[in-house]
Amino acid sequence: MSQAAQQARHIPSGEEIIRCTDVNKWYGEFHVLKNVNLSVQKGERIVVCGPSGSGKSTMIRCLNRLEEHQRGTIVVDGIELTNNLKNIELVRREVGMVFQHFNLFPHLTVLENCTLAPIWVRKKPKAEAEEMAMRYLKRVRIAEQAHKYPGQLSGGQQQRVAIARSLCMSPKVMLFDEPTSALDPEMVKEVLDVMIGLAEDGMTMLCVTHEMGFAKSVADRVIFMDRGEIVEQDTPDSFFTNPKSERTRLFLSQILNH
Amino acid sequence: MTDNVQHVGLPDERPPANTVGPIAWLRNNLFNSWYNAILTVLVLALLGSAIPPFLDWLLVKAHGFDSTSPACRQDTSGACWGFIGEKLRFILFGQFPWNEQWRPLATIAIFIALLLASCDRRFWKPWFGLVWAAGLVTVGCLMWGGVLGLTPVENTLWGGLPLTIILSVIGLAVAFPAAILLALGRRSNMPAVKVLCVTYIELIRGVPLISLLFMASVMLPLFLPNGVSIDKLLRAQIAFIMFAAAYMAEAIRGGLQAIPKGQYEAADGLGLSYWQKMIKIILPQALAIAIPPLVNTFISFFKDTSLVIIIGLYDLLGTAKAALSDPLWRGFYREAYLFIGVIYWIFCFSMSKYSQKLERDLNRSHRR
Ligand SMILES: Nc1ncnc2c1ncn2[C@@H]1O[C@H](COP(=O)(O)OP(=O)(O)OP(=O)(O)O)[C@@H](O)[C@H]1O
Ligand SMILES: [Mg+2]
Repeated sequence: MSQAAQQARHIPSGEEIIRCTDVNKWYGEFHVLKNVNLSVQKGERIVVCGPSGSGKSTMIRCLNRLEEHQRGTIVVDGIELTNNLKNIELVRREVGMVFQHFNLFPHLTVLENCTLAPIWVRKKPKAEAEEMAMRYLKRVRIAEQAHKYPGQLSGGQQQRVAIARSLCMSPKVMLFDEPTSALDPEMVKEVLDVMIGLAEDGMTMLCVTHEMGFAKSVADRVIFMDRGEIVEQDTPDSFFTNPKSERTRLFLSQILNH
Repeated sequence: MTDNVQHVGLPDERPPANTVGPIAWLRNNLFNSWYNAILTVLVLALLGSAIPPFLDWLLVKAHGFDSTSPACRQDTSGACWGFIGEKLRFILFGQFPWNEQWRPLATIAIFIALLLASCDRRFWKPWFGLVWAAGLVTVGCLMWGGVLGLTPVENTLWGGLPLTIILSVIGLAVAFPAAILLALGRRSNMPAVKVLCVTYIELIRGVPLISLLFMASVMLPLFLPNGVSIDKLLRAQIAFIMFAAAYMAEAIRGGLQAIPKGQYEAADGLGLSYWQKMIKIILPQALAIAIPPLVNTFISFFKDTSLVIIIGLYDLLGTAKAALSDPLWRGFYREAYLFIGVIYWIFCFSMSKYSQKLERDLNRSHRR
């Protein structure tokens, strides 16, 4: 483990930003989330892993109400997620989300992608929003492409723009759903580097990923999900060297030995 | 070995002579197989036998714009453009008082100027709506009169091209936003809104426009309280708007369906409200996709305004028909229909051309 990452560890403040209590969700008859309990503190970096179809995406999408849970409570930044639309919009402002397929707006330039929400949701003046967008685009090292359209960029560049777009809302939490799995291998690193940079700056992050190297060097906690349950959560050290459950061991042997 | 030999690029050569040039083009496009060769020859023969006589009639043997009816009747081998020369103002402006016909002419000019300006995307700003509003008010003053010393003209006297343009432009302008709301409503997750929109769209689409016009002109007055009457033109206009809105809504829905779910999720994830999401993210993309079917609706709708003749309004087709009923000029229907056909064609073809350009412009940089 690198010295820098070692030092960057344990900023977590003890202040809770997300709390899920007995969260259950069904798709029709299908029980996708079973009694999920999760508490995330400010500044924590969490990696979520598990086999395909285990409900990882569903869980983090419930945290900003892209999916609705049917039982239990989810409280984000002190606001409970219910059918109250106002509350949902308030939570979404504070929670950034990065998708597997980037989901940039193809009819807007990179810069417009980044300033849209600050201008319309945060009501920032245009000049201020643009200045901030350029700052974040510089940070993800793509400022020189600001006036291009997403369709003109490579996958890795698009994903970095997507990260910048989320950061422009100054979110308190960032959710990542397999941000590198739609990328060609040579572009994975440029995106991971940006994410590591964010982690080192103390951003609260929940990241679904199969990049175990990222988990080992950056995460404060690794959560393992299987069949809709959180089976195990632990520090990366003990998670990888000393998994407690059989299912975790099986999963690790599958992803680490190929 | 050849290690140290510097590589010299091969010189560019011209392609083989039999793959470029007009001869090759002919061979590739018209004579590339025996049945295509036969078809080519047949089509050429057909064109050869049809075009010269038509040109003969149209131009060579035709009577000029100042020819008289008796002269035309004596020699019927050519077109009689004297009919158009005589009836031009009636066909274009209907029964609008003769001395005031500069007013419908100005109306046409204002509409065409507004439409041309609207083609430029630099004007797609909220303030341009005010320009349109000002234009419409001016048009209203010109047509109705009664202000600024203009003689009042009943709208029963309106006719010809201004009527066609007013019905279709105002019809489309009002129907378009209504269609957007209907299309969004049809995809809404509020059951009441959804049912309402689906019922409306399916009801209107299941009825021919003619019957809708009849209903508007005959049945609507039955439902209105005594003494309240809505003007005939307005009734036709309402029927058109209702009709066009339903069809355009379906075209727009097609565009909405083509937008990937990820676009909605990204907009939601950023905290945009429903209307912000629709106006900023979803509709700009959906409408760009819906351009071809929308223009299709525009074009057929523009031509369908000619149906108002059945409820006694005289649009361009109506005035042409009325001009033909003059005993002196009875029978010159070929000239009449060719003339208005060309006018319709110019409008529809411009719409089609512009939509192709718009589609290209919108797609140029954005598409993945
Ligand atoms: N909209 C939906 N309707 C019905 N079932 C769904 C829906 N979305 C997901 N599922 C099912 O729910 C389960 C969990 O899906 P989810 O996407 O959360 O899995 P995941 O852990 O993210 O998997 P992956 O690693 O493949 O992304 C899967 O079995 C999936 O088939
Ligand atoms: Mg997933």
